Amino acid sequence: MKVGVLALQGGVVEHVHMLKEAAKKLGIDVEVVEVRKKEHLDGLRAIVLPGGESTAMYRLGKRLGIAEPLKDLLLEGVPALGTCAGAALVAKKVIDAQSNKEYTPLLGVMDVEVIRNYFGRQRESFEADLEISGIGEFRGIFIRAPAIRPLSNSVEILATFKGVGVMAKQGSLMITSFHPELTSNTKIHEKLLQMAL
Amino acid sequence: MLLSNRDKLVEVGFDAIATFFYKLAEISDKLKEEGLWTYLPDPSELREKVATGTVRVKLGFPVYQKGGVIMDVTNVEQAQTAEDAGAVAVMVLDKLPYDIRKAGGVARMADVNVIKEVMDSISLPVMAKVRIGHFMEARVLEALGVDMIDESEVLTPADEKHHINKWQFKVPFVNGARNLGEALRRISEGASMIRTKGEAGTGNVAEAVRHMKTVMGELRQLITMPEEDRVLKAREMGVSYELVELTVRLQRLPVVNFAAGGIATPADAALMMWLGADGVFVGSGIFKSQDPRQRAEAIVLATSLWMDPEAVLEAQKMISERKSMMGIDIRQLKPEELLQVRGE
Repeated sequence: MKVGVLALQGGVVEHVHMLKEAAKKLGIDVEVVEVRKKEHLDGLRAIVLPGGESTAMYRLGKRLGIAEPLKDLLLEGVPALGTCAGAALVAKKVIDAQSNKEYTPLLGVMDVEVIRNYFGRQRESFEADLEISGIGEFRGIFIRAPAIRPLSNSVEILATFKGVGVMAKQGSLMITSFHPELTSNTKIHEKLLQMAL
Repeated sequence: MLLSNRDKLVEVGFDAIATFFYKLAEISDKLKEEGLWTYLPDPSELREKVATGTVRVKLGFPVYQKGGVIMDVTNVEQAQTAEDAGAVAVMVLDKLPYDIRKAGGVARMADVNVIKEVMDSISLPVMAKVRIGHFMEARVLEALGVDMIDESEVLTPADEKHHINKWQFKVPFVNGARNLGEALRRISEGASMIRTKGEAGTGNVAEAVRHMKTVMGELRQLITMPEEDRVLKAREMGVSYELVELTVRLQRLPVVNFAAGGIATPADAALMMWLGADGVFVGSGIFKSQDPRQRAEAIVLATSLWMDPEAVLEAQKMISERKSMMGIDIRQLKPEELLQVRGE
């Protein structure tokens, strides 16, 4: 099974590692592709949209013509996991917590609002234990992390921190505002692969 | 060979590295005997339910800058240009390195009011420089809330002998290095990210190339050395053997490693990526050129797609060589004008 990691910028190799580890645990054969051009999207059964700077990824995604084919892929129902800035790429609405400025989302396919830098700047970045429904306890690493707010009933909030949504799922799309790839817990990546099987 | 270094993290994963740094903090007693270390980690960091400024969070921050361009800016307008062009962060300075060179005198931390204005105007992470060894400038920037501190040789060093003990901060630090020893010493002091020093403000990439190649070359030597020689090498570099072993296991620096100093064109940026950099800092190269907007965007494109010559060509087409900064030949600088020799 071919699985992609969007590799425009950001924490790419960390996700590649986690996907390989998750595949080992599930005992399945997975080839991980770093996606830099639209041709790399061919035949993908799942894709990870990693953390990075969403404004940088937006610029690159538009310029390289990867946005439209990637959007089509997600609309076809190919499972995706967006972490941190990756969540901002799939959200229908993106605003910045400090300036309230609204940003145009790159893909805009998930009925959620992502509030960038909701948990503050790097100084406020933190770790906390989370309880994820269907997965259980998980160490959440939050780095200049966004908050997630559902915009429709079909969005399921899978985890909250202090009452704020930090993980959500709608159909084949799953997003987190924390970084599972910075831990050694592969459960979220396993879930993505299981959705693709 | 150079190319493969970058991806060695894939075989180990971030968690193993973060765990190592926690362990490295535990062996501090041994290091203290050698006079290298005075930090004792707060054990509550590991136990607490919610913890800020942990080793993991500090090492994690630069991970998300990889493949990106961090741009030097001196005001809000330039910061906005950087954000629009797709920069991953901005570095706020009082003067661009080129102007620091021209102006002479003592170069200090930027005006905190300007840094604050930039922080309020864009959504990108904001970094700022402090003088080498200037603990209080760093405390001030931490209180202000900047996202990363660059303890930089571009400013006039405040302490000729010591660097800041960066373990004591909740904000991550980036440090310059010219060789593997410098890089590992800075990591031992708590740096979460390393960059080449290059020769800032010259628009000449030669020194950054030299520094990146030196680090990579020394890494290769270290990997092929017998263990007993590595023990010796660790002592020679003044770092713990454990850190040397981790570096060998990863076959790369254990923290994110950027290129900096003299990058002026998209091809320069792509060259540094090809040599094994995880991303680039561009200082005077953008806002000392005549076409900062196009150049900023072109460098972002070339940094992300460095492995694709057609994309780099596309990026080069966006700029004009006539509009590049003039640049300075390093051989024409007097020894006392070199910035890279500050802080070893």
